[in-house]
Amino acid sequence: MSDTSPFPTAPAAPPAASPDRLHVLARRILSRCLGSVGVLLAAATVSFLAMHMMPGDIVSAILGGPAADPTPQTVAAAVREYGLDRPLPVQYGLYLDRLLHGNLGTSFSQHLPVIAVLRAELLPTLELAASALVLAWLLALASVLGTVRRRSWLSALGSGLETVGAALPQFWLGLLLLWLFAFTIHLLPPAGSDSVAALVLPTVALAVPLGGFLAQVTREAFEIALDQPFVLTARARGLGDWSVRTRHVLRHALLPGISLSNWAVGALIGNAVVIETIFSRKGIGRQLVLGVSSQDMPLTIGIVLLVSLTYVVAGFLTDALYVLVDPRLGARR
Amino acid sequence: MSGKRLVVERLCVGFGAGAAHRRVVRDLSFTVEPGRAVALVGESGSGKSVTARSLVGLAGSTAAVSAQRLSFGPHALRALPEPGWRSLRGREIGFVLQDALVSLDPLRPVGHEIAEALAVHRWGTRSGRRDRVIELLREVGVPEPEFRARQRPDQLSGGLRQRALIAAALAMDPGLVIADEPTTALDATVQAQILDLFGAIKARGSGLLIISHDLSVVSRLADEVVVMQAGRAVEQGPTAQVLGAPRHPYTRSLIEAVPGTHPKGTRLAGLGRGALCPQPREPERKPAPVVLEAIDLLKRYPGPDRDERAAVDRVSFTLRGGQTLGIVGESGSGKTTAARIVLGLVEPDGGRVTLDGNAWVDPGRIVERQRRGRRRAMGVIYQDPLGSFDPRWTVGRILSDALDAAGVPRAGQDGRIRLLLDRVRLTADHADRLPTHLSGGQRQRVAIARALATEPRIIVCDEPVSALDVSVQAQILDLLADLQADLGVAYLFISHDLGVIRHVSDEVLVMRHGRVVEAGPVETVFHAPRHPFTRQLLAASAAA
Repeated sequence: MSDTSPFPTAPAAPPAASPDRLHVLARRILSRCLGSVGVLLAAATVSFLAMHMMPGDIVSAILGGPAADPTPQTVAAAVREYGLDRPLPVQYGLYLDRLLHGNLGTSFSQHLPVIAVLRAELLPTLELAASALVLAWLLALASVLGTVRRRSWLSALGSGLETVGAALPQFWLGLLLLWLFAFTIHLLPPAGSDSVAALVLPTVALAVPLGGFLAQVTREAFEIALDQPFVLTARARGLGDWSVRTRHVLRHALLPGISLSNWAVGALIGNAVVIETIFSRKGIGRQLVLGVSSQDMPLTIGIVLLVSLTYVVAGFLTDALYVLVDPRLGARR
Repeated sequence: MSGKRLVVERLCVGFGAGAAHRRVVRDLSFTVEPGRAVALVGESGSGKSVTARSLVGLAGSTAAVSAQRLSFGPHALRALPEPGWRSLRGREIGFVLQDALVSLDPLRPVGHEIAEALAVHRWGTRSGRRDRVIELLREVGVPEPEFRARQRPDQLSGGLRQRALIAAALAMDPGLVIADEPTTALDATVQAQILDLFGAIKARGSGLLIISHDLSVVSRLADEVVVMQAGRAVEQGPTAQVLGAPRHPYTRSLIEAVPGTHPKGTRLAGLGRGALCPQPREPERKPAPVVLEAIDLLKRYPGPDRDERAAVDRVSFTLRGGQTLGIVGESGSGKTTAARIVLGLVEPDGGRVTLDGNAWVDPGRIVERQRRGRRRAMGVIYQDPLGSFDPRWTVGRILSDALDAAGVPRAGQDGRIRLLLDRVRLTADHADRLPTHLSGGQRQRVAIARALATEPRIIVCDEPVSALDVSVQAQILDLLADLQADLGVAYLFISHDLGVIRHVSDEVLVMRHGRVVEAGPVETVFHAPRHPFTRQLLAASAAA
């Protein structure tokens, strides 16, 4: 029952540590990549099925919607290219093959290859989404760092503003800003996508509600972190309140906001649909509206796939940020 | 060392305003001379920690602190503005808290924390601070300080991170060190080392204020003791006098509630009031049937440096009905992993467990589905019951949930809940309370009631009294003993505290590095330990 040998000796020669660690890391990255491929494949498949379940003629969906009147030659060419006379699985295979080669078809509403449209329109949207995300974080951090556990009225004001901000509809805020800053006091341009000034109003319209959400989740985590013993230790070391908040507490409060940002990247592009229309900006959002309303199937599918890809990339970045903020996560998983 | 003395005269601390005002410290006076140590002892809630925090101006914005005199050397601390406090904190007064796992920022390497203590007070240059951090870590006895400085608290052992925490408090060479329960979360051997470290701090000429509920810690370090109860000093004086010849009944009850000096079956609570005399239990020598048998349990985990390490290495034991098997060892010795295997929560890499003679854990042969129906035969109690309760559930709902699991119909549950609460000496109206509104001892009673709900034959107790004050600990140990006598339940009792293990166990298993180094009847192991490690443990606990 008992092991009465003297002090147990050290365990047998340990297995080489670092290759093992690399192995773990490689497996993690691989599984993540496979998951991403799965997401993209699913998005592509759903788009494919949607195209085939649309009412009406699939050839006209590809070639210009119900209003188009293609020549028999064009129809025959499309049938050949898309393999429309062959069984569905073969069509699916051809479709995936085209996607893999970056051939997203031609947008008939733009008379351009879809890939060219996306290339031209992606940047303005990313610009808008990124600036909105950055501003939302700045607003959230200002509110949390400045008001959590301050004087009670200040704290109440901060959390009240956050709630109101989170509840504001973006399109309404956009219209309000447009009326006030562009048409009433003529401070900023009402439309356009070429100047920094034109970026301000749409950014604010997208950022305020998101900032409200971010602040709400961060505030809760921040309050929990403020009560941790290490905060008391840091104060007992002579650290001032501001340093305690920025150097210690904030880092512990970031994770929920980062998760939310992952979701927000997709939501921002979705909301950009409305905002880009209101402010007449170039961008994916406006193209999506055009694509859907003119039943431009190739363009719509291209945008859906692009948004899925954005989600996948955002997911990668979120994971990396998680480990950067909390190194313990990297060690555990 | 600056050689400043801390003078506290008639310190009062209260919280809340108007009618809701609660005074938690009343008229407390003491002096800490340089190179001397004063200890504040008492149960949790007696105002010790609030006192400590008031002395560094961190009692919180809602606290009202007043005193006739409060000074440290030339500094008057009464009504000191925040910038004044900040220049004192860390530089003149070092502060050490209980568990470094949570008292150091868990996301940062410990070296950063120590360097911060220097940087706050503009000590040296960046590279100068880096060197000083290494030097400090070496001073507090951290081996390989360059490597350890880059590790986070969760990558260090309990003893190492407590040393790092102390190094951060000592960084500016403060004239006074306040330590709030500095060794409570540590194993006996590590505890002894940390106490030596505090002894060295004292010898260097710093004043030391120790807050502890552990009288053995106090007796080893303190020159003077202040016994606190409900915010007041009920007794104070030189350590030898207060602990050797206590005058106040509260001091006596604190001293006598310490387990380990009485044989199993002795009641601990109430001894100090002189009402009960020791009643050793009738020795049960007829061998009860084996209810649980573990054979050659083996479990490997990747260690911190990614090496495979056997957390549990060929561990075997038997537990007989109505008896207690104590498992003792330091943290990391594999006690808890062994318990989790027994509970069927961790699949072992080898070995098996039988319950009432039937296979219970057998990797590859028994799956969880085959255990589920028999799970009610086994209960479990953890160190921190609060963490195992849903904080939004009332006590009644917690127990009702356990009764559901035991298959008791909802209709009969109210009566059973009353019965369970009665068993653990709580009243029926506790059923409507939330666990957060209960004291630590009451919570542990609820945890015991929950474990009893399924009428188990075995209860696995994992450090069930480690987080409790000695007097509360005594009541819980008495309760467990009563339940065993009444219900014949067997305990698998895990603790790092030799005193507790000795008090509760029939048989003892001493574990180290995942292996059983010694096993046998409790008195044999304690009176005639054969293994050097057991002797070392006993020596450390006697010294502490």
